Amino acid sequence: MRIDGVDIEDTFAEGFKMWGSRLLITAANAQWARTCAQITTGFATSVIGCGCEAGIERELRPEETPDGRPGVSVLFFVSSSKTMEKQLVLRVGQGVMTCPTTACFNGLAGEKEMKLGGSLRYFGDGFQISKLFEGRRMWRIPVMEGEFVIDETFGMARAVGGGNFLVLGESVAATLAATEAAVTAMQAVPEVILPFPGGIVRSGSKVGSKYKFLSASTNTAYCPTLRAQVDSALPAGVNSVLEVVIDGLSEEAVAEAMRVGIEAACQKGIVRISAGNFGGELGQFQFHLEELWA
Amino acid sequence: MSRTLLTLRESVTLPVEAEVISPDCFHGLSEMQVATLPVVFGRRQRQLGDFFKVDGDGADEIVIEGNLSHVKRIGQGMTRGRIDILGDVGMHLGCMMRGGEISVQGDVGPWAGAKMSGGKLWVHGSAGAMLGGPYTGETRGMRGGMIVVEGNVGPRAGERMRRGLVVIQGNAGELAGARMIAGSIIVLGELGARPGAGMKRGTIVALGGLEDGLLPTFHFACSYQPTFLRTYLRRLEGMGLPISPSHIETDYRRYAGDVNTIGKGEILVHG
Repeated sequence: MRIDGVDIEDTFAEGFKMWGSRLLITAANAQWARTCAQITTGFATSVIGCGCEAGIERELRPEETPDGRPGVSVLFFVSSSKTMEKQLVLRVGQGVMTCPTTACFNGLAGEKEMKLGGSLRYFGDGFQISKLFEGRRMWRIPVMEGEFVIDETFGMARAVGGGNFLVLGESVAATLAATEAAVTAMQAVPEVILPFPGGIVRSGSKVGSKYKFLSASTNTAYCPTLRAQVDSALPAGVNSVLEVVIDGLSEEAVAEAMRVGIEAACQKGIVRISAGNFGGELGQFQFHLEELWA
Repeated sequence: MSRTLLTLRESVTLPVEAEVISPDCFHGLSEMQVATLPVVFGRRQRQLGDFFKVDGDGADEIVIEGNLSHVKRIGQGMTRGRIDILGDVGMHLGCMMRGGEISVQGDVGPWAGAKMSGGKLWVHGSAGAMLGGPYTGETRGMRGGMIVVEGNVGPRAGERMRRGLVVIQGNAGELAGARMIAGSIIVLGELGARPGAGMKRGTIVALGGLEDGLLPTFHFACSYQPTFLRTYLRRLEGMGLPISPSHIETDYRRYAGDVNTIGKGEILVHG
């Protein structure tokens, strides 16, 4: 299969079962909401190294938020539902509660619930105030700036992590430009995030290592500099590879993001689009590239 | 959706105790059975059909027409369904209700929504004393749900309130939120004298000023924009209440009290 002259490899991305949560962060203006969202979802590129994967889903207009202020919707993904509360208590406690003028609301009615405001409220030292309105309990925690408002419970739903595709290009510049275009297009797809820096990862990994203390190591088959030394997967003319990793609240959302992203990435200077998998042995989901257009 | 229509045959001057007028009591009954439900008229037991013309089998939706100002306890303890009252209605409307919705196109007597713990009571006219309050000798009034009164309310609205929301579009009488334990009272009109006397926790919001200031046992804390209140006011605006941008964007003065108790209550005064 080819799109705009770019070869779409007959392979698949291997996705994994995850748990996802959505937080709506609001603030006095869009800049502070954005700052807060970036800090709170920072260092959350991989569950293996960071405990969770997180990113900005989209910015919210004032009329879309519970308190009528500008906001940002952020998504968090973890492998085990037990991990989510621990991760969010830390990240919201340090990233949202500390940030001027912000408030934090639940944005997902998931099949599981966890106490987030219900845990952070103790920071109020007994002066925290509970408000229950139409079944929604929120906590008002007094802080030096005024009050930090946060919902007591947040939802958690089954989700999909590890959707991905690889952009194989003739040069770093061409590959980066095409992958940036893919990221821009994918940011319009709801219910997904791209957890890596700017949505792009350059250091894709393979399972295992020559070193016993490492469970994963660089993806040698896709490293252009190793083409002459290893069993390379790179076709002729490819001198750079970038990857986009996608987490989403549903299989459909991940597939749609992959489709939109691949179409945008098929540009001049791109040789092939591929995807990362483990032979179908590890993940519960398979996103066959050619079937994205079925 | 089926409904039961009750039409008052003629005005009464003695009280009719009609707690049987409730979706819970009507459910599954035929028109004839509804008409034979017992009510107390003065000190005598009578049947509902003696006072109301009944149209339709018992349903979750009840519509009542007529001057019901001497008919008491309608919707008492209801848990489901809806009652629409097209006129004034007497005391104890929706007292102890736990769910469902009551709408009144007129005024309501004292103790409307007394001790209610769930559901919604919407009064398009005014309400008497003890709105959402406790009965004499009891330690708790309203424990949940929502009351909206588009007109004025009498004294002691939300007394000993434990949870829930009372919204008063007009003016509130004296001692609103007296001995409040928690919950919220939002007054769009003028807040009457001695609000929150003896309150432990809870929130009283005065959007239309104070009739007679605050008790000296409420202490000024700061002027600020409470973020939580924005969520309340936006939701109330969505329900059709006249919330203005100024209500949402302007500062509120926060007074903490009543320091005669634990002093963790608050009165937020707009502007």
